[in-house]
Amino acid sequence: MTPATLTAQTVASPHAHGGNSVSRTMFRVQLALLPATLYGFWLYGWPAFFLWALTILSCVAFEVLSLKLMGTPRVKATLFDGSAVLTGWLLAMTLPPWAPWWVAVVGGFIAIVIGKQVFGGLGQNVFNPAMVARVALLVSFPLPLTLWVAPLPMSTLPTPDFVSSLRIFLTSLPVPDAMTSATLLGHAKTELARGIDLATALHAGPDLSWIGMRAGSFGESAAVLILCGGLYLLITRVITWHAPLAVLAGVAIPAAIAHAVDPGRFLSAEAHLLSGALMLGAFFIATDYVTSPNTTTGQIIFGLGIGLLTWVIRSFGGYPEGVAFAVLLMNAMTPVIDRFCKPRILGRDRKGKPLDIPENA
Amino acid sequence: MSDIQYGRIIKDGLWEQNVVFAQMLALCPLMAVTTSGTNGLGMGLASTAVLVCANVLVSLIRKVVSAQVRIPVFIVLIATLVTIVDLAMNAWLHELYKVLGLFIALIVVNCAILGRSESFAVKNGVVASAVDGIAMGLGFTGALVLLGLVREFFGAGTLFAQASQLLGPSFAFLEVQVPGYGGALLMILPPGAFAALGFLLAGKRIIDRKLAEREAASAEPAAA
Repeated sequence: MTPATLTAQTVASPHAHGGNSVSRTMFRVQLALLPATLYGFWLYGWPAFFLWALTILSCVAFEVLSLKLMGTPRVKATLFDGSAVLTGWLLAMTLPPWAPWWVAVVGGFIAIVIGKQVFGGLGQNVFNPAMVARVALLVSFPLPLTLWVAPLPMSTLPTPDFVSSLRIFLTSLPVPDAMTSATLLGHAKTELARGIDLATALHAGPDLSWIGMRAGSFGESAAVLILCGGLYLLITRVITWHAPLAVLAGVAIPAAIAHAVDPGRFLSAEAHLLSGALMLGAFFIATDYVTSPNTTTGQIIFGLGIGLLTWVIRSFGGYPEGVAFAVLLMNAMTPVIDRFCKPRILGRDRKGKPLDIPENA
Repeated sequence: MSDIQYGRIIKDGLWEQNVVFAQMLALCPLMAVTTSGTNGLGMGLASTAVLVCANVLVSLIRKVVSAQVRIPVFIVLIATLVTIVDLAMNAWLHELYKVLGLFIALIVVNCAILGRSESFAVKNGVVASAVDGIAMGLGFTGALVLLGLVREFFGAGTLFAQASQLLGPSFAFLEVQVPGYGGALLMILPPGAFAALGFLLAGKRIIDRKLAEREAASAEPAAA
């Protein structure tokens, strides 16, 4: 074995700091979420705003509580890295816009305490906290979590003012039937279960649109705005293209093939891409640093897995939407993916053998 | 052996060496049956009965059975006892039996029972083994009931639902229904069991730490 000479030279200090930090990254992600969020407020009115605010507030409150209980020094500094705010924000975006207040509080508890701090805080969690909370809420409270309000600008009913919105939010009054509507995926699933062909079912069913004029979760319906946020993150290099593109491809490719084979049974690729939490999941969830693989190859496998599982759950599963489940399943796979997609060690080949470098080259 | 400390045995069984909260044994039936306090109580009492009898029998035959064949012998003994409990519950507590069904039969492989035979009854006299069986069994029952109540309360909004079926109509007062609470289904499902058990374990550690602190504080003046 010849001693390998490292090609990298040690550079002496002083070094320049790139200026990047956890809080800056978190801030940029929040900035990227802003357009879709504001649009969500306009679509669904004050109740959506209350839900958003309380979800973030409860996430931050439970973060403080956990840090205090764990005796973490510098609670404030840990808190101001912005990760709890971002978790709450992402969770709120995946909730039905008119969900009652306790959904926000329970969701915050599950996301922060069970999803994150139990594992040791930021960077230690195995699963994406927002998705853990989303799935736990959906499984626990199927009824309020599947009550979709039609976007207000499309509804014939008057928009609730501030006070009555607060009443909707706090007392979980039954929402009038005229204001609710099925999501595209839910509609497709129920119609198929009734034995109705998709071609006839979707004719009179909910529209799909790029601008989110359809029933759905508060922050995930406007595909264009989420796409803009995702592009901003790509440009500022907060995320790379690998995972998002792989997620979209993982859904689109099987969906296109199945739709071509049997359009009466399977939704088109466009409907899949524009439905549910897919855009949000691809750009904001699958790119979570903590719970996704480290290498680009790993991220592509991870993304394809999320996409494929999402399509499988949507097409064959019991729930109409499967992004959150798919993300959690692939989160569990992440350590395995990381194990098999290791980067080449500097000065060694892929198998770990030292490179044969001539001594005096 | 005349220096057996019964207080020690009881304290170990109920708290310090608690089957669930300290030894982390028997988690499979724990997770599976504790969907309600009543189920936990039924399972706990059945396990306790088997545990006490098994401990006594093992203690009685400990000098006859050689070390090489002891485990099959113990298992046969435990299996016999479990079959008796199984048939008895089927006959007299049929409603509860329908709920617990499979898990009663699985008491045979409950590691806590063979564990107590191996680690205690083989080495101790009949009375001590019986006391140990009762203490360990009640500790296990307590853990089952506690976890069952926590999950039932958060998952279904009730406490001791259908307790009168297990204990007789006079215990119907135990049944509590939280008004206006639909329940979080997740707590009834297996993930809820893991989460609730985790929080209970954390709670026990906090209590233990507080007790240790108090002990240290009360010991200090004596030392000084």
